[in-house]
Amino acid sequence: MRLDERYINAVMIAGLLALPLYALAVDEPFTITLVTRAVILALAAVGLNIILGIGGMVSFGHAAFFGLGGYAMGILAYHAQTYTALDLGFISFEGTKSMPLIWLVAMVVSAIAALFIGVLSLRTSGVYFIMITLAFGQMFYYFAISWAQYGGEDGLSIYIRNDFPGLNTLEPIQFFGICFVILCAVLLLKARLQASPFGLALNAARQSAARVQTVGMSPMRLRLLAFVLSGAITGLAGALYADLNRFVSPAMFSWQLSGELIVLIIIGGVGRLMGPVIGACIFVALEHFLGGLTEFWHIYLGLILLGIVLFGRGGLLGYLTGKEGAHV
Amino acid sequence: MSEPVLATQNLVKSFGALKATDDVSIDLRLGEIHAVIGPNGAGKSTLISQISGGLRPDAGRVFLDGRDVSHLGTEARARAGLGRTFQISALCMEDSVLENAVLGAMGAEGAAWRFWRAALKTGALVERAEEALERVGLADERETRCANLSHGQRRQLEVAVALTLAPKAFVMDEPMAGLGAGGSKRLTGFLDGLREQAPILLVEHDMDAVFALADRISVLVYGKVIATGTTDEIRASREVREAYLGEDA
Repeated sequence: MRLDERYINAVMIAGLLALPLYALAVDEPFTITLVTRAVILALAAVGLNIILGIGGMVSFGHAAFFGLGGYAMGILAYHAQTYTALDLGFISFEGTKSMPLIWLVAMVVSAIAALFIGVLSLRTSGVYFIMITLAFGQMFYYFAISWAQYGGEDGLSIYIRNDFPGLNTLEPIQFFGICFVILCAVLLLKARLQASPFGLALNAARQSAARVQTVGMSPMRLRLLAFVLSGAITGLAGALYADLNRFVSPAMFSWQLSGELIVLIIIGGVGRLMGPVIGACIFVALEHFLGGLTEFWHIYLGLILLGIVLFGRGGLLGYLTGKEGAHV
Repeated sequence: MSEPVLATQNLVKSFGALKATDDVSIDLRLGEIHAVIGPNGAGKSTLISQISGGLRPDAGRVFLDGRDVSHLGTEARARAGLGRTFQISALCMEDSVLENAVLGAMGAEGAAWRFWRAALKTGALVERAEEALERVGLADERETRCANLSHGQRRQLEVAVALTLAPKAFVMDEPMAGLGAGGSKRLTGFLDGLREQAPILLVEHDMDAVFALADRISVLVYGKVIATGTTDEIRASREVREAYLGEDA
């Protein structure tokens, strides 16, 4: 099979839009929620794919940003729904239920955390980088567990989904629409970024850091900016995910989630624009259909992953387009 | 004599008990090719690394265009006008020839922090890159993936990337390494003309190339410069013949 990647991408996007509309027509709201879940996981993985796919940095702690986004939403909405003051020292307010504001906070908080984690962890590479990012992820996880004020281990429930001006976010299709538009916008951003001078330099830094230095650019700075951007996008996904479930818990910080994001990308195709989207759809579909049959559905996910790693390192997109991924 | 474009002043670098660079002061003047030769293990690569910024000397300084760049890292020295090529090609193997050259052009134009417009659709960058490829004779290979280039073409591309930087001085680490006689001759011809644009500090094993190209030669043995002079002076120097050229002379 040799298909044009752009063609596959267009079909994917169209399918992602058509399925919930069909579900709406036949009144299957749960399917809409399922697709929304895939879209949000895809968004988180697109964020990770900026550093993993272009920059070659295997972050095993991206759940940190996913969780931070989730908790940004949880904490802001919790104070708004309980009418209690959120005291940040220099400012005190009663949280917010406004999605755009929550997204902004989620992205800024994640970006700041990514800056901090990036400065420390980007001094290392390879397996040390994997371990140090994992360690940061776990730090956030245990912190969330012990944070009794916001539910500790039990997490936080938000009773009503947050508001978006002009939309009824409680309607699954409307909330799906929000997530879908954001995913498309981020995909566009990622595509432009990858082809831009910055993307070219980041990609070059992965292949030959010495080359990038010799032409007068700092690989460290390129990677750090990519890391911050990546963290912010995954943080935004975390806020949406929390809003989808109306619930945040320390599980959003778990290393399993970090691993799943990597798995999504590998299944779809590392470094490819739609790789994380395909991966997320397969992941959610397996979870739904096989998860209903057996508790051990991860075994099948593992088999798929094994097959892809062994036989087609370009992921599913690599197989469909007949082009192996440029790298793994 | 004009002010040197590139100069080292009493560079010293030791690795444990080994003095890899021992009080080395050499300079590179406008319009010349200054070759550094020496047997294996003489400290040529260590010297190059200290000049280009990859390695900090224990003592001594490096001047570029009259400015002390000793405290600067590799990136800053590149921006200050040092165009370096590697002994073992350090190219982006997955990228096309043009992309490799555009990367150099980006460095020269400080364009790394642009995020929207495609690099390969940015006229200024592509023009600069194509001009460099044209000069080294790689214009027809612009779409070829670097991994598919022959060894000789990779050497040419190394030089092309350095050209895109329009540096004040070139530092070339064995550009002839691994080239056949034909390729070596072609590159020699090209470098011959390049000295007009910017002087070249050339570390090279290929003695034919060195004696054909160099205006001056410095001989490095055990980290020390034992002689600096014109090709004729070096050929005639007894010390050099004993220390280095001995066996073939």
